[in-house]
Amino acid sequence: MMNWIEIGTINDIPRRGARCVNTPHGKIAVFRTMEDQIFAIDDHCPHKGGPLSQGIVHGAAVTCPLHNWVISLETGKALGADEGSVKTIAIRLDGDRILALLELATVAAE
Amino acid sequence: METAAKKQKLVVIGNGMAPGRALEHLFEMAPETYDVTIFNAEPRVNYDRIMLSPVLSGEKEFEEIIIHGDGWYIKHGITLYKGHKIIGIDRQAKTVTSDAGTIESYDKLLIATGSVPFVLPVPGNNLPGVLTYRDLDDVNAMLLAAQSRAKAVVIGGGLLGLEAAAGLKSRGMDVTVLHIMPTLMERQLDPAAGYLLEQAVEQRGIRVMTKASTKEILGQNKVEGVLLADGTTLPADLVVMAAGIRPNAMLAKEAGLETNRGIVVNAGMQTSDPDIFAIGECAEVAGQCYGLVAPLYEMARVVSAQLADDADAKFVHSETPTKLKVTGINLFSVGDLGEGDDRQEIVLRDAAAGVYKRLVLKDDRIIGTVLYGETSDGAWFHDLTKKRTDISEMRDTLIFGQSYQGGSPLDPMAAVAALPDDAEICGCNGICKGKITGAISGKGLTSLDDVRVHTKASASCGSCTGLVEQLLVLTLGDSYNPSAVTPMCSCTDLGHDDVRRLIKAKKLKSIPAVMQELEWKTSCGCAKCRPALNYYLVADWPDEYADDYQSRFINERVHANIQKDGTYSVVPRMWGGVTNSKELRAIADVVDKFAIPAVKVTGGQRIDMLGIKKEDLPAVWADLGKAGFVSGQAYAKGLRTVKTCVGTDWCRFGTQDSTGLGIRIEKFMWGSWTPAKVKMAVSGCPRNCAEATCKDVGIICVDSGYEIHFAGAAGLDIKGTEVLGLVKTEDEALEHVVALTQMYREQGRYLERIYKWAKRVGLDEIRRQIMQDEVKRRGYFDRFVFSQTFAQVDPWSERVSGVDKHEFQPMAKIGYQQAAE
Repeated sequence: MMNWIEIGTINDIPRRGARCVNTPHGKIAVFRTMEDQIFAIDDHCPHKGGPLSQGIVHGAAVTCPLHNWVISLETGKALGADEGSVKTIAIRLDGDRILALLELATVAAE
Repeated sequence: METAAKKQKLVVIGNGMAPGRALEHLFEMAPETYDVTIFNAEPRVNYDRIMLSPVLSGEKEFEEIIIHGDGWYIKHGITLYKGHKIIGIDRQAKTVTSDAGTIESYDKLLIATGSVPFVLPVPGNNLPGVLTYRDLDDVNAMLLAAQSRAKAVVIGGGLLGLEAAAGLKSRGMDVTVLHIMPTLMERQLDPAAGYLLEQAVEQRGIRVMTKASTKEILGQNKVEGVLLADGTTLPADLVVMAAGIRPNAMLAKEAGLETNRGIVVNAGMQTSDPDIFAIGECAEVAGQCYGLVAPLYEMARVVSAQLADDADAKFVHSETPTKLKVTGINLFSVGDLGEGDDRQEIVLRDAAAGVYKRLVLKDDRIIGTVLYGETSDGAWFHDLTKKRTDISEMRDTLIFGQSYQGGSPLDPMAAVAALPDDAEICGCNGICKGKITGAISGKGLTSLDDVRVHTKASASCGSCTGLVEQLLVLTLGDSYNPSAVTPMCSCTDLGHDDVRRLIKAKKLKSIPAVMQELEWKTSCGCAKCRPALNYYLVADWPDEYADDYQSRFINERVHANIQKDGTYSVVPRMWGGVTNSKELRAIADVVDKFAIPAVKVTGGQRIDMLGIKKEDLPAVWADLGKAGFVSGQAYAKGLRTVKTCVGTDWCRFGTQDSTGLGIRIEKFMWGSWTPAKVKMAVSGCPRNCAEATCKDVGIICVDSGYEIHFAGAAGLDIKGTEVLGLVKTEDEALEHVVALTQMYREQGRYLERIYKWAKRVGLDEIRRQIMQDEVKRRGYFDRFVFSQTFAQVDPWSERVSGVDKHEFQPMAKIGYQQAAE
């Protein structure tokens, strides 16, 4: 089941920077661009799994810190000559609050 | 005789621009419907609040900005209570009560309480001399304070703050603007335009401090100064808080109306009580509050129609351009300035004229516009956005504005050919076209450098380089072969050397400054140019440049080396490779405590702990710090290691104290940033156990002194060092090594190792400057020492103390939800 879950506020992320959110399905990386756009993608480069949250953010793209693949934050697709893509996560802003559309894994209560 | 129909009672709370406009519409549409009563907390009639800045600056008188004089209220039979603040609404009884005790009943109520200035919650914010900027009383208080011609601090570098600052300055005060963000008006402007604005504001003699966070307002009985979070104290006799506004929804909230940030209204401006409406800055419609006048007037139009029984009138959101009302500063901003894959941008920068234009396009339509310096086409661009005009036909000339549209697209070469001989090509040096083409044919010039030498054209800022090259092509035809300067990246046509030269020549001290003045083709650079620019600025302006962490590679941002699985490795400094039992024990304890999976001795004589989780880094450093360790900067484009052998202390062949000299060099030079990594070594005798002859800089101790080597490599390329020269004393050895490194710091291209730089510059030239030219050597040495006073801060202890905390913790942890039973 997908839910809008609050993951923080826009002020938690530096401009041209990123923060991580840990989820039961792995880490997601949440980016804030110079223009205050917020994007979220899986924190996993399609090339060799590099942590995209650690890359340099420029425009609406991030450069992976391991091998310099450039990934579009909007589509999750590798830009330039490289091919591959990473899952994007829908984001909604409510004032300063950031909500992400996430699937909640369910465990049975004891 | 009875009147045709009994008039309803309309009570208006607030007498600003929005209700004023609403009543004008209402009296036109339904003149006989309402008896109107207005309560105005300000003791005056309705005036044009957005024109307060010209009143403050002295360009207008208050009388000139009055919208409705007393006569207007009389003419329309309005009862206006001046200086009455409403303190309660009784929705059951349908009455309002003012602070003077007046009770008035209503059939319909219109709330237009506007907004309240945001007052920073810092100590001293209520001292006499601390003002906000909202109404005429504030302006009068500022004017009174300005008579002292003393010091004013304006907190907030947005629209209001800058207007207040310009006004106070023109009244003779010494004004400083504090802004918490890195660039001014960051909500409306992108960083490039923000930079130009900052320049223009400073040119008026107003000091601007960005990234300035106010901690406290100082003073005993009145304001005496402002204390910033970084410890700076600014003396001040007047402090103006212009850090933003908040919708004034308190009264509505107390009356039980639905409020959020503002008073929640539907598209008909109706609150949760059908007899109560709200408009202006206090209203929140479709989740949005407004502060600019155009949408507020639109609200006024809607509410008057609703009050006149037109239920179809609905408020529709529209973007409003921002303009700054400071004489002589032209800026225009509207729409969506974000970047994205599906978007393209057209950027025009004219550094000489101080012009910056940026259009954001999506699906061949303009969705955002920023204009600085030259704003006459703002309305036209905005109109294209509103009409969703397809601009693909005029795309090539779009940025030049309306007057360039139609006609055939310009061929740049034809355009240059068509220029008259007296057309100025190089604005910096005043060189016209005829002089350049004359010199090319008359003196037989064949290259850009020739033209620069003979005419000075394009020799200063370089922004006319393209034009000069076109003139070379025009004059020489195919025989001109443009010199192959490799651009730094696709964001610019300039090579690294030109960029470095221009940073110094034009005194560019921030990344937005470089991008504007050197006419960058993108608004925010890329992962190639940003780290390079950041290094050049750190190296050239060590005391003035504020390091931009977001432009550093991750390793330099978190002071550890990222590994293939996203964990990090940590290498503490071991001066000269020397350690002891206490240090080793501390490392062993850290390895156990944090379950560090791998420990390895490095080629640079120290210990690497691999596989540390990012979240654990600050705690690891804290423990290492307690044992006296500082960061080994094993991640830095900077000084890495100084490898040593045991020298005269132990070795039967040692000629000098190589260990001591290595440690001395490392302690002197740690923390310095360089174009690429720098590894050094000191060997105690020519047997060279420290392998000094394949390092960036190496020293071989001999009986007669110290032989200094440089430009070795043992990585992608393998190369033995070159000899720089022989010096007699340890002091001289240190001075020469430091001077050599500084020369490289000033000339190297980002990521260019010393051996490549040396090959490019010439070994002889380096020897001449460092070994023979004492003045040059001392100059390099002194500049390095100066730069070190800012660089030698241990990044680990800084992080342990809480700097950049956000880097190391996830923003959120989303757990499992429990299934309902």
